Amino acid sequence: MNGFGQGVRPAYRTIQAWLDNSDPENLKRLQKEAEFLFRRIGITFAVYGDAEAEERIIPFDIVPRVLTGSEWATLSKGLTQRVTALNRFLADIYGAGEIIRAGIVPADLVYQNSAFRPEMVGLKLPHDVYVQIAGIDVIRTDDKDFYVLEDNARTPSGVSYMLENRDVQMRLFPDLFASRRIQPVENYPDELLTSLRSLAPVSAPAEPTVVLMTPGPLNSAYYEHSFLADKLGVELVEGRDLYVLDEVVYMRTTRGPKRVDVIYRRIDDEFLDPMVFRPDSMLGIPGLISAYRAGNVTLANAVGTGVADDKAIYTYMPDIVRFYLGEEPILKNVPTWRCREPDCLRYVLDHLPELVVKEVQGSGGYGMLVGPKSTKEQIETFRARLVADPDGFIAQPTLALSTSPTFVGEGVAPRHIDLRPFVLTGADKVRIVPGGLTRVALKDGSLVVNSSQGGGTKDTWIIDDPVDDASPPASVSQSQSQSQGG
Amino acid sequence: MLSRHADSLYWLARYVERAENTARLIEAATRLSATPIAAEGGRNEWEMAVDGTGTLDLFNQQYTQATQRTVVDYLAFSTANPSSIRCCLDIARANARSVRTALTMDMWETINSGWMETRGVNIPNLTRQELSDFLSRVKELSLRFDGSAYRTMLRNDAYYFLRLGTFIERADFTARMLALKADVLDPSRPSLGGSADYFQWSWILRSVSALTSYHWVYRDNLKPNLVAEFLILKPEMPRSLVSCYEKVTLNLDSLSRDYGRQGASQRKARMLLSQLQDTSLPGLFAIGLKEFLESFIVDNANLGDTIAEQYLG
Repeated sequence: MNGFGQGVRPAYRTIQAWLDNSDPENLKRLQKEAEFLFRRIGITFAVYGDAEAEERIIPFDIVPRVLTGSEWATLSKGLTQRVTALNRFLADIYGAGEIIRAGIVPADLVYQNSAFRPEMVGLKLPHDVYVQIAGIDVIRTDDKDFYVLEDNARTPSGVSYMLENRDVQMRLFPDLFASRRIQPVENYPDELLTSLRSLAPVSAPAEPTVVLMTPGPLNSAYYEHSFLADKLGVELVEGRDLYVLDEVVYMRTTRGPKRVDVIYRRIDDEFLDPMVFRPDSMLGIPGLISAYRAGNVTLANAVGTGVADDKAIYTYMPDIVRFYLGEEPILKNVPTWRCREPDCLRYVLDHLPELVVKEVQGSGGYGMLVGPKSTKEQIETFRARLVADPDGFIAQPTLALSTSPTFVGEGVAPRHIDLRPFVLTGADKVRIVPGGLTRVALKDGSLVVNSSQGGGTKDTWIIDDPVDDASPPASVSQSQSQSQGG
Repeated sequence: MLSRHADSLYWLARYVERAENTARLIEAATRLSATPIAAEGGRNEWEMAVDGTGTLDLFNQQYTQATQRTVVDYLAFSTANPSSIRCCLDIARANARSVRTALTMDMWETINSGWMETRGVNIPNLTRQELSDFLSRVKELSLRFDGSAYRTMLRNDAYYFLRLGTFIERADFTARMLALKADVLDPSRPSLGGSADYFQWSWILRSVSALTSYHWVYRDNLKPNLVAEFLILKPEMPRSLVSCYEKVTLNLDSLSRDYGRQGASQRKARMLLSQLQDTSLPGLFAIGLKEFLESFIVDNANLGDTIAEQYLG
């Protein structure tokens, strides 16, 4: 098995040639070297409740995932459309609520959503941008269509892996890069900073001060926070570094107080301000929301965006796109049953062994049932939860996820993948660097790609469309005879 | 920069320096324990080594006897000793993690990989060779850290705060090593005779890695007053008190120049430096070496507090 399945997509030919050309022992060595690099650089993440492995690295697969330029063009158009609609939706539900009055999205799903923040009602944000940074998880089932799996509109993570994966891939395989023109992703921090600055409050100076706010080194994504702050050239702050005076946010510096205009916060809503949200939170800044409401600071992402990445709202996304933009959605939704609707619930309960059932509020691959991979007992346990709280769940078919050749212990084999591109919305436009984070389920047959569940990552290449040429490149056949000889 | 980051840089440097110093201290004690004339006045070299770190009380709460095994355990690995090498490196790395953005890649990789390497050392069955390897790695970490800071960091406030930590910690250690042996350095004290004296004096020099440089500077046998002069007053000796204070003053002045403002720490550091520069060797012994050093240790600690008040609050 070559790991490419039956028909090798033209885009993968270079990769196939490269793999055929490579000594497996050498690949193994490079795979080890990649891991060593990641560990030495300290690209780690913490797993909550796992004291033994306080810091782990996410496995990196040396075989890149490839998309062609035209595939990417479609995808990025679809992403722009989707995120534009998401922003319009959020501005609407915290404003006039037209989509609810039009009867398209049920009022209770919005107003009774635990991520809905009444504090945001009637607030005017700079350029109506709520989701400055979105991570949209997409999958493919065939060569044509992209499906959106999840809209991450709160504090999506993983972009540091997109950048580091590229870096490590280039360090280990410089020759591979010479042979293909791969679109660069390393300008992401520049694009992010430009977007963030464009959304500074009106009262901010011409050179607004941007900071990145982290819960601290114990947070699972701390590496990413410090990495990004470094690349952006902005201060990495914790709540205790900031304070609010007369509805203006300042940071404590060695030269005295300094005004802060934009906070890229990687900390959840409920920890932002103990005076408004959780009073026991030590992570936030007392008075932040008052400064926010006064229009003296921009938060990215805005408060209350969680409504939009709720899985129940997700099911309405195609309608949301049509309602605000008057266009057909370019990206598809995975067909989804809303368990809150009795007909759907009945269907789901009857077909549990075939379906994937997810908690509406869940994330990270926790609290889900993968029907085909579950025991009878697990299914029955889940059935009880579902009956007790149908509103809390949605269900989807187990799609035939596309696979990508992946270097595993025995060699190269196909593994399921998804892709998280990062979509930046600024005052002027939407920016997406060509690529994203490809996550891969390393276990054979597994559909779960989350890092907390043993998933890995890959570099993601957007390359020029290949010229469809029936005859294989000469170097391939040559290399095969070489490897047989050796 | 953020006050908290400046604070982390300052302590990061102090803990890296402290780890290195402790490693040198253990090496010096190991060497002294292998010489025929080790013990003096009932105190063995292991207890003395602990005393040098200023934590003998804490040690005595945890161990009944100062032997090579207990002292190495305490100084190098104990988690109950906040200044053990292990704890120093843990704290240094935690500080480094919290100021990743202020460190260069080389500095972070040094700390992180050094921390990972030394963390894996299996303590209970450590052979002499393994201990020696461990101590070498600790010294190497510190040297590489220092070198990468010197060669890769921008010369801005982050660098100055880091250096302040290094030199204040270094001055503290040199003063403590000298204070420990102040009595044997007093030239009026009756000699123990020959090699006994030599081992005592050379021990001090070794614990701050200054034995060879001493010979280069003085081209003479070890003499107690010269050992004191070398480690207190010689500006060319990088671990001497006067040299440390030249650097402390320099870095504080750089800060005040960048920030356009002088403060209490600049004044205090300059005063301490000129006191050291104005001191002569006979003057030192007239005050009493032990008294002089003890008051220096207090002044040095006070300067640290003043820096914290002025910048790190």
